[in-house]
Amino acid sequence: MDGAHDMGGTQGFGKVEPEVNEPVFHGEWERRMLGLTLAMARPGQWNIDMSRYARENRSPRDYLNRSYYEVWLGGLETLMHERGLLSREELDGGKALLPRKDVPVLKPEDVDAMLRRGGPTERKIDVPARFKVGDRVRAKVMAPTTHTRLPRYVRGHVGIVELLHGAHVFPDSNAMGRGEAPQWLYTVRFDGRELWGDDGDPDVTVSVDAWDSYLEPVS
Amino acid sequence: MSGHDHDHHDGHGHHHDHDHSELSETELRVRALESILVEKGYVDPAALDELIQTYETKVGPRNGARVIAKAWNDPAYYARLLKDATPAIAELGYEGRQGEHIVAVVNTPDTHNMVVCTLCSCYPWSVLGLPPVWYKAAPYRSKAVRDPRGVLDDFGVALPQQTKIKVWDSFAMSWCRCAPTAPRGGARSNSPISSPATA
Repeated sequence: MDGAHDMGGTQGFGKVEPEVNEPVFHGEWERRMLGLTLAMARPGQWNIDMSRYARENRSPRDYLNRSYYEVWLGGLETLMHERGLLSREELDGGKALLPRKDVPVLKPEDVDAMLRRGGPTERKIDVPARFKVGDRVRAKVMAPTTHTRLPRYVRGHVGIVELLHGAHVFPDSNAMGRGEAPQWLYTVRFDGRELWGDDGDPDVTVSVDAWDSYLEPVS
Repeated sequence: MSGHDHDHHDGHGHHHDHDHSELSETELRVRALESILVEKGYVDPAALDELIQTYETKVGPRNGARVIAKAWNDPAYYARLLKDATPAIAELGYEGRQGEHIVAVVNTPDTHNMVVCTLCSCYPWSVLGLPPVWYKAAPYRSKAVRDPRGVLDDFGVALPQQTKIKVWDSFAMSWCRCAPTAPRGGARSNSPISSPATA
């Protein structure tokens, strides 16, 4: 979806302001938010692409008015609500109303193994790669209403295939519960002038990870 | 934490009068969320503590610093790191969540690398820990792909005009920037890959 999360190239957000000696968390609630989000993935059984979609799928005003972990909170509420684990009414009232679902729970002794395993996305597929390093490709013009990982600022632009990464889970499908549908994954390099015209820096290139179906050949 | 702090760390760049109450509301909501999830039996409080403790004490930029320190002292390891970073990093025991597929890139006198995720906040947690606020905030995510020299200027870093900048907008792979050699005359920084933007 073309939401406020797709920020590449947007102007007016001001200076980047690094914080000296930044702590890992800014307050107890952020600490809890990280833990709750990671812990609830076990009973919730959602995947990373569903999580990302739940975070970005909100009005631009809502997205931009939330801090980072507030976006996580909004995303987690959506995911739990969709699965009948926790209704918004329960959270608003601070009281359990729905019956408990029979779902697995993350145990402390499983935490280390879960984090070490992570969520690798590489898969074996039988289809050979459509492109090789050095090929010219165009990022398709598209405007899907659901999750995608092709940012607006590269759509319609021509770049060069820079790296091949094997086949990876396709987020557009996986986020919507339509299966992993793995595709070849490439890194495609675009010149600054190709993306931004005369306002671009000729000595800048921007490389993006792009799945096969985001791309079309350019002769 | 005050409302002022919240707004600043948030990177919104301007101040809202109602931030303090907004923050309290968030704090209360997260507190309610935790207690109700524990009450329902969906969250084991001990697992929650274990998760938080992992990212506060075990996973952080020290891990990445150890990788680079080994690379500087072991050319064969350095070569493995550049060829296929994920297994090379796993040799030191760093693997897993948000570090499943890592590519290492090296700055040279001609080329400066900058890593961003314009769509969310992809970051190699397993070697750098959780990303800093500026990395996740709108100014960096919007500006890095369009005006990376301006971003460096915000950090107080000026590159020679002829230095090329390669920006990596990461949505699937995690990109790690490495300093090519150990700093001479004492370390400039405790962590040679502490920042995805600057040196």
